[in-house]
Amino acid sequence: MDFGQIFNLSLGYLFSPVTLAYALAATGLAVHFGYAGLLNFGMAGFMAIGAYGYAISILSFGLPWWVGIIIGMIGASIFAVILGIPTLRLRADYLAIVTIAAAEIVRLLFTTQLFDEWTNSADGLGGYHADFRSANPFPPGTYGFGPWTYSADQLWVRVFGLLLLGIAVYLVWAIMRSPWGRVLKGIREDEDAVRSLGKNVFAYKMQALIIGGVFGALGGVVFALPSAVVPALYQTSLTFFIWTILLLGGAATVFGPVVGAVIFWFIMAFLDALLPAMASAGILPISSIQAAILRFILVGVALMLIVIFRPQGILGNKRELTFVK
Amino acid sequence: MSSNGTPQEPTTPDAATPPASESVTPVGAVSPTDSVSPADSVSPTGTVTTPTGSVRRPKATGLATGEAVPGVAKTDPIMVIDNVTRRFGGLTAVDVEHLEIPRHAITALIGPNGAGKTTLFNLLCGFDKPNSGTWSYDGKNISGVPSFKVARMGQVRTFQLTKALSLLTVLENMKLGSTGQKGESLWASVIPAIWRKQDDEIESKAMELLTRFKLDAKADDYAASLSGGQRKLLEMARALMSDPNLVMLDEPMAGVNPALTESLLDHILDLKDLGMTVLFVEHDMHMVRHIADWVIVMAEGRVVAEGPPEQVMHDQAVIDAYLGSHQDVDLGVVTGRIAGELDTSAMELLEEIEEEHEAAIAEAEEENK
Repeated sequence: MDFGQIFNLSLGYLFSPVTLAYALAATGLAVHFGYAGLLNFGMAGFMAIGAYGYAISILSFGLPWWVGIIIGMIGASIFAVILGIPTLRLRADYLAIVTIAAAEIVRLLFTTQLFDEWTNSADGLGGYHADFRSANPFPPGTYGFGPWTYSADQLWVRVFGLLLLGIAVYLVWAIMRSPWGRVLKGIREDEDAVRSLGKNVFAYKMQALIIGGVFGALGGVVFALPSAVVPALYQTSLTFFIWTILLLGGAATVFGPVVGAVIFWFIMAFLDALLPAMASAGILPISSIQAAILRFILVGVALMLIVIFRPQGILGNKRELTFVK
Repeated sequence: MSSNGTPQEPTTPDAATPPASESVTPVGAVSPTDSVSPADSVSPTGTVTTPTGSVRRPKATGLATGEAVPGVAKTDPIMVIDNVTRRFGGLTAVDVEHLEIPRHAITALIGPNGAGKTTLFNLLCGFDKPNSGTWSYDGKNISGVPSFKVARMGQVRTFQLTKALSLLTVLENMKLGSTGQKGESLWASVIPAIWRKQDDEIESKAMELLTRFKLDAKADDYAASLSGGQRKLLEMARALMSDPNLVMLDEPMAGVNPALTESLLDHILDLKDLGMTVLFVEHDMHMVRHIADWVIVMAEGRVVAEGPPEQVMHDQAVIDAYLGSHQDVDLGVVTGRIAGELDTSAMELLEEIEEEHEAAIAEAEEENK
C-alpha cells in the first residue's frame, strides 16, 4: 500500500470545495437544530435548490454568476416558507417527517423529464463555469504546495467558498449571542414558555428556518461551483452526512459544523483510499468495490456512537451533557 | 426578604404612597390607606406582626358590588368573561356564563380535579381556543388574540408543570422575560450597538429580581441544575420581568415543601402590594384562606360559588362539590393512630364511619344467611 498517496489524498480534502459546501450546509443545520430545535431532515433539498438555482439562472437565463447565487438563496427562502407555514405550528417531529418528504419531492422534480428543458433531468447540469471563472482575481498559475496545489480556478473556488463560510459562521456567531438568539434557544427548550413571555414563536422559527435554509443553499452552490450539478447527489444520504457532521462537531456551537466537516471529509477520503487498497492487498476479504462501500457503513456506526457516547459533539459544552433529557 | 418584615430597599419616607407598578416598591411596608384595600376591615395599625415575625397583611375587601353569588359584578374588574365554553368531544370542560376578576386583588380559582380550572386558564391567556364566548382584559376584547400578544398586554402566566428553559442559564431565563427588546429583531441582532445598552439594563433588573427571589447565586448556572422549588421561583421571577398587570399562576405550590411555600406565599402577597392583580389555581385550602381576597369555585366546568374565602368555605355547594364535610378533621386522630382531641365534627365523622362499618357487617351477615 502507498500510504504517502493515501495521506496525500486525505489531506487534500481538508481544504476542498466539498468540505466547504458540507460545512456551510452543516452551519445552516446548526441554526435549525442546534439553536432552534427544528428537526430538519431535508437539508439535501435546500442544497439542491441552491445548486439548481445557480446553474439554471446561468444556463437557461444567461444571468451573471452572482445573480445565480442570489436566486439560489431566494429559492431556498421560498422553500423554507412553504415548508414552515403548515409545519411550524406542529410539534418538531412533524417537521422532520415533512422535510424528509419535501426534499425527496424537490429532487424528483429536478430529475423528472417534465422540466428537461431547464434541468436536463437525470443527466444533471454542467458547463456553467465560464462566468464565475472570468471573475477570478487570481492570475493563472499554480498555487500552494504538497497536497494543496491548485490552479488559479481551483484556488478561486476554494477562496470564494471559504469567504461564504466565513460570512455564515460570523452571522451565526453574531445573531446567537444577541437577544434574538436567546429567544431562539428558549424556543428550543420550551416554546410554550417563550410564548407565555410575549414572543412570537412562529415568526422566530420561520426566520431560523429561512436563515438555515439559505446557508444550505449556499452549500449547494459551493458544491456545484467547481464541477457539475448531479441530481443523484442530492439524496437523503446527503442529509444524513450533514447530520453526522453537525453532531460530530457539536450541534449548538458556532465552529462545530466546520470542525465536523473537516474531520468527516478527512476520514471519508482516508477510508476511501485505504479500504480498497487494503482489499487489493488481501488484508480485507472483500473486493475493492465492496471495500469502497464499507466506509458508508462505518459512517453509520460512527453516527450512532457519537449520539450515544458524546451527544454534545467535539466542541459542545460538557455541562450540557449532564442535563441531556 | 419580606418574611422577616424587613424591606430590602430603603423605605420611602412617605409610606402611605400607593404602590406604583415599578418593581422596587418596598414590600414590607403596607399602609392602611393602601389604595388596594378599602379601609373598613383594616385594623388601625394596618399591619400585624405575627409571633413568627411574618407580616400579616390586610385583605382587600369590598371587591364585589352585590351579594357574593356566581357572576357577581365587581367594582373594578380587570377581566370580564362572558359565555365561554370549551368542549373536548362530548365533554364540556368549561362553561362559564359570566365572571369578573377583581383588580388589585388576589383571586383564587379552586375546584376538584377536572373542574376546568386549567382549561379556563389556557383560554384566558390565548393558549387554547374556546368553542364560544368572549372575554376582555382591561376593557379590551382579547378573545381570539394569540397568546404572545396577550402576554405583551401585561398578562403573564406560569405553568402547572414548571417550564424552566433547561439549557439556558438562570440569568438568560430571566432576560428572556423582558418585553420590547430591540435586539430581538433579526436585523438589529447583528449590530450589538443597537441593543447592548438596553440589554445591560435588563440584566441589572434581572439580577435585582433574582436577589429578591434568592436565586442570585445561581445566575450563571443552567436552569436544569435548579431544584423543583427553585424552578417555581425562577418561573415566577421570570414572569415579573415584563412588569405585568395580571399574573396568572397555575398551581404555584404544587410539589413545594412547606418552608418554600411560606416564601412563595410572601412573594405572591408582594405582587399585590406592588399593584399587580393575581389569579391563581390552587388545591391547598390553608394557603387559599391565607392569601386570597376572593375565591372562585369551579365544578364540572361551571362557576358554582364565589366570594371572600371565609364565606365560600362555608358554602354548602362548595363543601359538597370540593371540600367535603370534614375538611378540618385530622384523619389520624379519627382513626386513633394519633392521640388528639376529638372535636364535635371529628366525633360526627367517627360516628358516621362506625355506622357505615356496622351497616356493612350487617349486610354481610344478611348475605351469609
